[in-house]
Amino acid sequence: MTAPTSMFSAALVVPAMRDAVAKLNPRDLARNPVMFVTATVAALLTLLLALGEPGLSTGFQLQLVLWLWLTVLFGTFAEALAEGRGRAQAASLRATKAELRAKLMLGVGDTYELVPASQLEKGEIVLVETDDLIPADGEVIEGVASVNEAAITGESAPVIREAGGDRSAVTAGTRVISDRIKVRVTAEPGQGFLDRMIALVEGAERRKTPNEIALTILLVGLTIIFLIAVATIPSFASYAGGAIPVALLAALLITLIPTTIAALLSAIGIAGMDRLVRFNVLAKSGRAVEAAGDVDVLLLDKTGTITIGDRQASEFRALAGVEVDTLAEAALLASLADETPEGRSIVALARERYAIRVEALPAGSDVVPFSAQTRLSGVTVAGVTIHKGAVDSVLKAHPQDESAPTVQELRRMTDEIGRSGGTPLAVIKDGRLLGAIHLKDVVKAGVRERFAELRKMGIRTVMITGDNPLTAAAIAAEAGVDDFLAEATPEDKLALIRREQGEGRLVAMCGDGTNDAPALAQADVGVAMNTGTQAAREAGNMVDLDSDPTKLIEVVGLGKQLLMTRGALTTFSVANDVAKYFAIIPAIFVALYPGLGVLNIMGLATPQSAILSAIIFNALIIPCLVPLALQGVRYRPMPAGPLLARNLSIYGLGGLVAPFAGIKLIDLAVSTLHLA
Amino acid sequence: MTLSGWALILLFIALTAALAKPMGLWLFALYEGRATPFHRLLGPVERGFYRLAGIDPTEEQSWRRYALHLLLFNLALLLFTYAILRLQGVLPGNPQGFGAVGADGAFNTAVSFTTNTNWQWYGGEATLSNLSQMLGLTIQNFLSAATGIAVAFALFRGFARREAKTIGNFWADITRITLYLLLPICVVFAIFLIASGVPQTFTGSVDATTLEGARQTIALGPVASQEAIKMLGTNGGGFFNANSAHPFENPTALTNLVQMLSIFSIGVGLSWCFGKAVGDTRQGWAILAAMGVLFAAGVSIAYWQEAAGNPVLHQLGVAGGNMEGKEVRFGIAASALFAAITTAASCGAVNAMHDSFTALGGLVPLFNIQLGEVVVGGVGAGIYGFLLFAILAVFVAGLMVGRTPEYVGKKIEAREVKLAVLAIAVLPLVILGFTALASVLPQGLAGPLNKGPHGFAEILYGFSSAAGNNGSAFAGLSAGTPFYNGLLGAAMWLGRYFVIVPVLAIAGSLAAKRHVPASSGSFPTTGGLWIGLLVGIVLILGGLTFLPSLALGPIADHLAMVRGQLF
Repeated sequence: MTAPTSMFSAALVVPAMRDAVAKLNPRDLARNPVMFVTATVAALLTLLLALGEPGLSTGFQLQLVLWLWLTVLFGTFAEALAEGRGRAQAASLRATKAELRAKLMLGVGDTYELVPASQLEKGEIVLVETDDLIPADGEVIEGVASVNEAAITGESAPVIREAGGDRSAVTAGTRVISDRIKVRVTAEPGQGFLDRMIALVEGAERRKTPNEIALTILLVGLTIIFLIAVATIPSFASYAGGAIPVALLAALLITLIPTTIAALLSAIGIAGMDRLVRFNVLAKSGRAVEAAGDVDVLLLDKTGTITIGDRQASEFRALAGVEVDTLAEAALLASLADETPEGRSIVALARERYAIRVEALPAGSDVVPFSAQTRLSGVTVAGVTIHKGAVDSVLKAHPQDESAPTVQELRRMTDEIGRSGGTPLAVIKDGRLLGAIHLKDVVKAGVRERFAELRKMGIRTVMITGDNPLTAAAIAAEAGVDDFLAEATPEDKLALIRREQGEGRLVAMCGDGTNDAPALAQADVGVAMNTGTQAAREAGNMVDLDSDPTKLIEVVGLGKQLLMTRGALTTFSVANDVAKYFAIIPAIFVALYPGLGVLNIMGLATPQSAILSAIIFNALIIPCLVPLALQGVRYRPMPAGPLLARNLSIYGLGGLVAPFAGIKLIDLAVSTLHLA
Repeated sequence: MTLSGWALILLFIALTAALAKPMGLWLFALYEGRATPFHRLLGPVERGFYRLAGIDPTEEQSWRRYALHLLLFNLALLLFTYAILRLQGVLPGNPQGFGAVGADGAFNTAVSFTTNTNWQWYGGEATLSNLSQMLGLTIQNFLSAATGIAVAFALFRGFARREAKTIGNFWADITRITLYLLLPICVVFAIFLIASGVPQTFTGSVDATTLEGARQTIALGPVASQEAIKMLGTNGGGFFNANSAHPFENPTALTNLVQMLSIFSIGVGLSWCFGKAVGDTRQGWAILAAMGVLFAAGVSIAYWQEAAGNPVLHQLGVAGGNMEGKEVRFGIAASALFAAITTAASCGAVNAMHDSFTALGGLVPLFNIQLGEVVVGGVGAGIYGFLLFAILAVFVAGLMVGRTPEYVGKKIEAREVKLAVLAIAVLPLVILGFTALASVLPQGLAGPLNKGPHGFAEILYGFSSAAGNNGSAFAGLSAGTPFYNGLLGAAMWLGRYFVIVPVLAIAGSLAAKRHVPASSGSFPTTGGLWIGLLVGIVLILGGLTFLPSLALGPIADHLAMVRGQLF
């Protein structure tokens, strides 16, 4: 993804201003009932201004109309600005999409025809060779290739994509950097991942989420109630023997209805999705983001989430008749050129525990890098080949008699390592099996604290692992998760999710394999790894482009932040009304009953400046809160009680007090400048 | 203000709090359909009713069915009462020989008693026969109270049930509530009142010769039996025009205290019962605490204002508090307390003239009604009204803890918000809309006795009282005209059923939902923060809606009084 641009950079603000005016189109405004009412009132007052209302100076009326229109414009601007932030990202994605060409297989040998990617149909087969961009989302059906997915994920390290298994999905716009693959297109034209991403970051596909709908209903309800309250004032005033100018009633209405939150509501939603996109997570719907905030149970895969995916060497185990130092030295030599964390941990173990002093590979050594085909790595030193790798891979590359005592002993040894929760690697030197390296799971630093935080927030963590219960229990205790599911099969996972949901809890999980797909679909929040299969990516309601399962925890935080921002601004908006009442009620009624002047507790200069100040405050508060709406309120993991106390004191009490100060200050300015 | 005055108020609050749990346990048994000690005696009566009406009390009803049966039943009661009032001239039980009640008056009264409002445009002892009072009104007093409690039960079931399609059986609910709760208490209460000197007789009136030798007609009748349910069922329709200020309705300081307690007894019990029904009694106590804060604030302001009296009179040399329109036997504290209670609950019985309160003292009862009578509130209506505010409070503030709002284990979503807003908007619409109408139309302007903001307050109070199903009169409003009878009747009808139906719909919607188990991440709906939030939401929503009207009524009235101008 592109680097985040500053929120108020000119590149974003100028187009947003233009869009803000374009959004005054009544059809767009109607999507937001409160702003629609505001615009209608502004339009009526404009008309009234043209006709001229007795009792009010034209200059005053002009200012009222101006500020009412600005209120509407600030609202559309907020939305435009939120959308604009996504649009910059969409532009670069669009450019990628435009240049895509496909080598469409013609079904005879390897012949193909070059066609624009946009014409590809689902089910067609394309050939992708080195340096080609993959033209459409699909599944590798033949071959292995390394693919650079930086265009989507921003991560430049290439990943392996191969036919069959859990790494078969490829995404349009990513580049094959070695080998060639045949890909079956799995997305309908215009429905691919890239298309979805463009739509998502642009906010074009945005539909109101359930929670947004409920909030909109509340805002409409408040608007109706205040409409009644204001519409009945003329009769009350006539009873008191007077009349209130329509322009003043309009001002009262607009300050009372929840314009602040209504103006910012869609910007909050867009910005929430945008934060997720910046975080390299694509949510397929806003509903999924909200659900993330509600999650009660997190199912976390052990590997990569709780333990560092790369295991650390903890022990060398030599076969009978082999010196352990021989094994350690061979393992070290085979790993010196291996820059993976596992390789480095083997080197470190050999040096520290077994005091092997080999600083570098001797000259003329020939390194055998890890390949997807052999699943082995190693080195050839002076004609002697040392390989290390998974037991089966080693035995496949160096066939041995399965009944030989060495092989049987190795099998026993590696089974034992496996049972204890570790991963065994076999080491073979010059065709002779030496023994095994015990790679052990290491619980990530800081996860224990994270889980404690989650517990405080009322979220339970369940570790999912294929390990046996004993190992699983040991790791679960070490990591501090609340529960674990050992020897988990996909069916077990699905059953666990259903059970938790049956008890009314919302479950989040992440997964990448095809066999994860049912569970991903069942979970309320299913985050599929981008490296996973197409089936998994289809089943989940979010895709993590970085394929980092730990991010599930942050996703929950982002979901909560979105809801909190909405709640905080609603509370602020409603609490604001108290001060506005104290500004406007005495101002419009003082002519009827002079005694009501005592309600002017802010000591506003004149009735007209009081009304103008309230309406100016009501308009200006919107742009003032745009940064908060776009960035979201500060979120820290804590239990609901203290969180509520904190937010209520900031946005509830703050919302009650701030407008008193704000209106007073504006009134000082208005009366100093003789605006009213 | 006196020490004994405050002592009375504190004593009342303490006794009310003590009543919550025992009344709540009793109500909870009925809510669950369990047997009470009265089942042995009255069980055959209950079963007899079901057999007569062909009802299976175990048959569960969906919210739609529940609502439909409730509406039909209430409509039938309305027609029945209307018929009795229109025909009272030819019916027996009419020792004074009163003629038929006029069409608009009968409509108004029938609606009034069916909706638990008990707004009385007439003086009971001078208009209604004993039969009308007993058959027409006292029965309604029972059944309208039972209807309110039944709706509350249905809503509780909505919160408590999980993935259920039904919310109980309306017929079983009202039968059990009437037989096992209202009837036994009323029998004891009536006996207590008779022992305290309240008449219970079928003779019409007695003529007496006063010391001055003038002849006086003293109205009598079956007062005690009507009095008991009038208070307990938050009905408020007195036998006499003077209501609980009349020595035959409310003879002693003790009856006054017991009457006040009885107004709140079922309301506080229902709050406790709600907590019990949702499996956490703290939930009920939290609601009671929020109600308590609102009540204490109201009663304190009223007492303070009444005790402070009228500065204009002080200048004229009349010292002391405001005793205008108050019964000397009760004094200022007991009158202010009674006024706050009767309007906090939707009772409407009065022991003093609210119209004669000082402007701000009178604002308290008015504002209590306008808040929706959710401070303890009418039987059933108070708790379901308060729960509507709780739903909105949870929705607005619940988002601030970063979760979809949930209340006592149920997620609050679009449908609940829509229905709650609908139910809450009815009151402002009817009160402000009808007041606006009456304050411009000549028929409306003919109503108020006083001029200026005080006259406006009289109209506003009338429609607030009707729409809120309170029934107390500010007085000063000549409401017995076709215009007011019709409009006030409509206000009572709208204020009752346009709230009940959405509430039952919420019950149905909630019942169908899954239960969400609470965790430390759930929004806390017990404790000080929540109580403060509830109070805030009720005050802000109620206050903001009615502030313009209050400013032009009691507030302007008060400020004029401070400047030496009276209306």
